[in-house]
Amino acid sequence: MTNTTKPILSIRNLTVALPVKIERANAVQNLTFDVRPKEILCVVGESGSGKSITSLATMGLLASSLRVTGGEIEFDGRDVLTLDQAEHNALRGDRMAMIFQEPMTALNPAYTVGDQIAEVFRVHRDYDGDERRKRTLKLLEEVRLPDPERLYNSYPHQLSGGQRQRIMIAMALALDPKLLIADEPTTALDVTTQKQILHLLKQLNANHDAGIMFITHDFSVVAEIADRVVVMRHGQIVEQGTAQEVLSNPQHPYTRALIDAVPRRAQDRDHVVSEHPVVIDVQNLNKTFHTAGSMFKKSRTVSAVKNISFQVRRGETLGIVGESGSGKTTLVRCLMRLIDPDSGAINISGVDFASQTSAALRQHRKDIQIVFQDPYGSLNPRRTIGSQLIQGAINFGVSREEAWDRVYKLLEIVQMPKYSVHRYPSQFSGGQRQRLCIARALVVNPKVLIADEAVSALDVSIQREVLKLINDIRDRLGLTVIFITHDLRVAAQICDEVLVMKHGEVVERGGVGRIFTAPEHDYTKALIAAQPGQDWEIPMMAEFAPQAAARKVGTL
Amino acid sequence: MSTLENNSLEPMADAPVLSPGKVMLSHAKSHRGLMLGGLVILTIMLVAIFAPLLAPHDPYAQVLSRKLVPPVWFDSSKATWDHILGTDHLGRDYLSRLIYGARISLLIGFSAMLISGVIGTVLGICAGYFGGRVDMVISFLITTRLSMPVVLVALAVISIVGSSLTVVIWVIGLLIWDRFAVVVRSATQQVRGLDFVASARALGSSTPRILFSEVMPNISNHVIVIATLEMAHAILLEAALSFLGLGVQPPTPSWGLMISDAKGLMFFDGWLIAVPGTALFLLVLAINLVGDGLRDVTAPEDRN
Repeated sequence: MTNTTKPILSIRNLTVALPVKIERANAVQNLTFDVRPKEILCVVGESGSGKSITSLATMGLLASSLRVTGGEIEFDGRDVLTLDQAEHNALRGDRMAMIFQEPMTALNPAYTVGDQIAEVFRVHRDYDGDERRKRTLKLLEEVRLPDPERLYNSYPHQLSGGQRQRIMIAMALALDPKLLIADEPTTALDVTTQKQILHLLKQLNANHDAGIMFITHDFSVVAEIADRVVVMRHGQIVEQGTAQEVLSNPQHPYTRALIDAVPRRAQDRDHVVSEHPVVIDVQNLNKTFHTAGSMFKKSRTVSAVKNISFQVRRGETLGIVGESGSGKTTLVRCLMRLIDPDSGAINISGVDFASQTSAALRQHRKDIQIVFQDPYGSLNPRRTIGSQLIQGAINFGVSREEAWDRVYKLLEIVQMPKYSVHRYPSQFSGGQRQRLCIARALVVNPKVLIADEAVSALDVSIQREVLKLINDIRDRLGLTVIFITHDLRVAAQICDEVLVMKHGEVVERGGVGRIFTAPEHDYTKALIAAQPGQDWEIPMMAEFAPQAAARKVGTL
Repeated sequence: MSTLENNSLEPMADAPVLSPGKVMLSHAKSHRGLMLGGLVILTIMLVAIFAPLLAPHDPYAQVLSRKLVPPVWFDSSKATWDHILGTDHLGRDYLSRLIYGARISLLIGFSAMLISGVIGTVLGICAGYFGGRVDMVISFLITTRLSMPVVLVALAVISIVGSSLTVVIWVIGLLIWDRFAVVVRSATQQVRGLDFVASARALGSSTPRILFSEVMPNISNHVIVIATLEMAHAILLEAALSFLGLGVQPPTPSWGLMISDAKGLMFFDGWLIAVPGTALFLLVLAINLVGDGLRDVTAPEDRN
């Protein structure tokens, strides 16, 4: 789709310098691209690629330690870099607006959402109170929020994530801006909500004249909404073009690598029931949370896990898929007895984890290990990697020498250098930390490894490497893996069987191929339909780049 | 395809090992308040340790014929370099008493801080980590303690038990653990929820092990900061008790006692109060500077 109208935003040779001491000199270097009216331009890149800095520079919201050292940002015929603070303020919210990633923190919890939208009118327009209210209600209607009158008087904490993001969009659209910058607006949302928001943005884009600069790391989202695409890496543009060109015929090796890392839809492969013994046998597991009532609120009872039963055989990977609040994390924490289930049996290689006292349980804990989602919270920042890795083995009476032996062997398996043991967690990147967490879990020779959203916080390319590592380790060590994720695409890559959870219940269970091609439950269908980029036929990179096929297994 | 791989594993074999301690030390070195406060405390500590070598006179020796000699900078015929800071109402050398008084202040400050630190940290960790009933009981203890006026309770206890250095240290130490407990409790609650604690449990670490090697290192910053503030608190409390006549007993040289002795002569020889008052002020200021500095240095936003 070519659009020849005059660009609304035109960035020319933009360079933003980083404060000293950081690995590269410029956060953004020699950036040049345009955003035209009625167009959705996707800026794609992994973390640290400079995409957010670009959007902040455009809004005039750069942190004071960052300086623009060259280039211009022409918006609506004027270079915004030469504007002073007051002129910027007049521009922001009025002619250019921004939607942030985290809708909870972007809204002020102390005001009703209606007042926060009306505030935009109060600052930029001379409308009286009635007019402001009328326009706000109209906006709430436009972003398809149910019952605008009631929502007007709601506080942010009373709304769901998707509703909050709609409020943010309403606020951004209030004055019909010419440029809308959306910085990862759907990353914090569930897939089904993400689908609705993307749909809404597309619709609004058709009805308004605004150009949208959409920042994302997810190529599937790009495939869903982009007209044109800019791919960034290390602060530089590596490729730009129409969505059609970039998605189906990427030119730059980095773009190809990124697209290659996008999880594919599952092939229709048969789920072979293995003959291996059952390692995990869960029967009728229940867990209910009670919040005590007080003078101001009623007591609540939430069933996080309702009557769940399943078995996993040795060497299998079971995926547990569900959106936030579906009870999947509670389920695994019960499995590990990090929290106590109310009733039910958990049989892990012959030991009933549910009925043991916690003292008796300690010696069996090594059978089941976990890797958590947040690579930054799961390593103790104040102990060396070595002392954290060796701890588990020492706890189970392994001699120090043997424990170090194991640690070094595991570091090799997770492809981390030996000298890692002397370092502290702060010296490692997210992907590296996740590898170290895997090594820590494996040091006690577990039978079961649980990965609780273990790759959700990682960039796609690193995500892919870690998934591959988990697969390799499973085959090599004969582990049984329970893989918790909100992302069906990820589950499809690694799991043999999938449990789909909703509100604490298993709604569907089956082999990966079957779940994807012939889902039975409505919720599973909705989840699959909500995956972005459905129509995108992901090109096979091997056809483009011979070097991709020749890639060495296990190189990282 | 090598393009992606650079992301995940950059060469760092020769990069320096940045322990959180080292990072903090380098922050500390560039913090002016911390360095200044540290220097003052260090000086006072050295003076206290080497008091017998530094003091020009015996701090207990009374020379009644040379009482109330003003400090040298006073334009008086009695002022002499023999008594740089003059003498008190019993003719004891003021500088020597000041130097020996530093020992008492620091001794009480350190000991009371240690006692209260141990009590408060243990209670705080237990309350924060175990939660539930334990937390309820400990929170009740903290509230009880907070509702007692420190000086009144100290006065009551000391007047019953009798006054000595040890009693003063124990009374102060047993009275000022509340802030340790409150801060450690909330810090522990935060650390308890982190994934590495859950990992340690999954790896079979015992509860004491988790408290010592997972929780403690992550709350030690808070403990150190509170410790400095409580030390200043203890020193001031001792001075107040001594001033009221229930702290350290004469003739032991204590800064609070020196102020108390001088109160009758306040309007005639003001320096008698000004000299120990200044010393007290400098020490407490320095400790607070260090406390503030440590808080800046260990602040989460500074940590990488």
